Amino acid sequence: MCGIAGLIYMNGRDTIGSDMTRMLQSMKHRGPDSTGYALYRPPADDYVMHVKLADANTPRDFEFADRLRRNRGEVERRLRAAGARISESRDATEYAFTVTFEYDGDLKALADRVEDVSGAEVLSLGHALEIVKDLGDATTVANDYRLDAFEGTHAIGHCRMATESDVDISNAHPYWAYPFSDIAVVHNGQLTNYHQWRRRLERNGLRFQSDCDSEIIAVYLAERMNEGASLEDAMRQSLHELDGVFTYLCVTENALGMAKDELAAKPLVLYESDELVAVASEEIAIRAVVDREIETYDPYEGEVMVWHR
Amino acid sequence: MTYDARGLVELDGTVPRVSEIADGRATFDAKDMTTRMINSELRWLLYEEGILDVTIQNPGARHSLAVGILTRCRITFEGSLGYFGLGVNDGPEIHVKGRVGWSVCENMMSGVVVIDGNAGSLTGAAIRGGDLVVRGQVGARTGIDQKGGTIITLGNAGSMTAFMMQRGRQIICGDVGPGLGDSMYDGTLYVGGKVKSLGIDCVPGEWTEADTEFVERKFRIYGLGAPPELQKFVCGKKLYNYDTLEPAERKLVL
Repeated sequence: MCGIAGLIYMNGRDTIGSDMTRMLQSMKHRGPDSTGYALYRPPADDYVMHVKLADANTPRDFEFADRLRRNRGEVERRLRAAGARISESRDATEYAFTVTFEYDGDLKALADRVEDVSGAEVLSLGHALEIVKDLGDATTVANDYRLDAFEGTHAIGHCRMATESDVDISNAHPYWAYPFSDIAVVHNGQLTNYHQWRRRLERNGLRFQSDCDSEIIAVYLAERMNEGASLEDAMRQSLHELDGVFTYLCVTENALGMAKDELAAKPLVLYESDELVAVASEEIAIRAVVDREIETYDPYEGEVMVWHR
Repeated sequence: MTYDARGLVELDGTVPRVSEIADGRATFDAKDMTTRMINSELRWLLYEEGILDVTIQNPGARHSLAVGILTRCRITFEGSLGYFGLGVNDGPEIHVKGRVGWSVCENMMSGVVVIDGNAGSLTGAAIRGGDLVVRGQVGARTGIDQKGGTIITLGNAGSMTAFMMQRGRQIICGDVGPGLGDSMYDGTLYVGGKVKSLGIDCVPGEWTEADTEFVERKFRIYGLGAPPELQKFVCGKKLYNYDTLEPAERKLVL
């Protein structure tokens, strides 16, 4: 089933971390397996990268902690060797950490070098994008990763009911659009031409870290945008090229977009005001941040909408 | 409030009994109540206290409110509802001063429901009787499997409206999405706006005096003003019988 939510503040930054937590927690019944956030801090010149070195349910052997420490050291060494100037590297949890660095080379080369380290996966990479995802409900993840203090401009989130692939962090949403900076996607639905698209995109040299069909959308959109399409055009094109039932949200450094398939089989409720735009699978999630009677509506089949800030 | 492993609120069988009751009318504020508390308060008022006019404030877009009400009464929601509201009802007159989510009035047997705002998809699914009036727009698959009753929409409707409809009537004043009346068995559709495309075996129908009388009567009852110019659609009855054509050929014929 899955619950998806998106929130964009039109003027300035706000407490996006705690807002998104409230939205996702109110939709816990749509998916209690894992929760993920793609949060946007105000853009900066340096990059922020979230890396996980193991999964939440990786078996803990005797050398687990040692191995993680070694692998983290290796990741940082490779970043430096690639020319990144690390300004901060902090723990997020036992098996995930966040690095801030300055860098002006090729992002794909950098991400590939990092992911070559055993067990490492780049969850997000960008000037503003920070993806946090883990098992458990929104409150659990927000507490583990201290998201309540996160201030930013816009965010999307996802609470997952796993249907087609495993319950672990790799298969949790949102997906970063490897290797393109600052793009992330959450998705509610099933794609039926997943393998076709995966093979096509893999032939273009793009890597997939999970078996989850939603990862296709992120990489697909990023590739289209890399070819010069706008976010809106890429999303419109996806309606024709992706098969299945889906409603998905995509975020970039300065925009939030939604797309709904031709069957309109997956719900989305929309609220727009001068200060913010909130979208979610259920109105109850929007009411978690706008606590009053509001006018909302459901977008129709085949609709694509994009909000810029 | 405690939640179980699925994120659902723990069941609590006690009725809050917080309503203000005067002159046979009751009002209560649902702001800090769970779905179960709201429903048990409503049932206590209707079935045990015999109150037949209940107003519920701040429903807060919660799901599954006022479901399975089997008595004649008047219920007013001063706000929006979430999904699966007002389902399997038989008798009540309900006014929602807000919007509703997916699957409102599913399988309603009789009664009247008026929604001031928009409605989500699957509005009036499998409805068997009664009148459902939506002043805003409705989502996809409105009146899917409709078996009776009337659904009136003042705004636009989405795709696959009246999919597999079997009886009853729908009046849609606005535009309708693709696949209107797909695979309908019977029943009548009236559309005021543009139809993006007709579904399989849905064809324009011949307008009669009875149609004018019906539409004008319904608009008069609910104070909706003068009805717009409507176009009528009915079942083409081509799918009633098997024929000897191959599926591909049959597609051409239809």
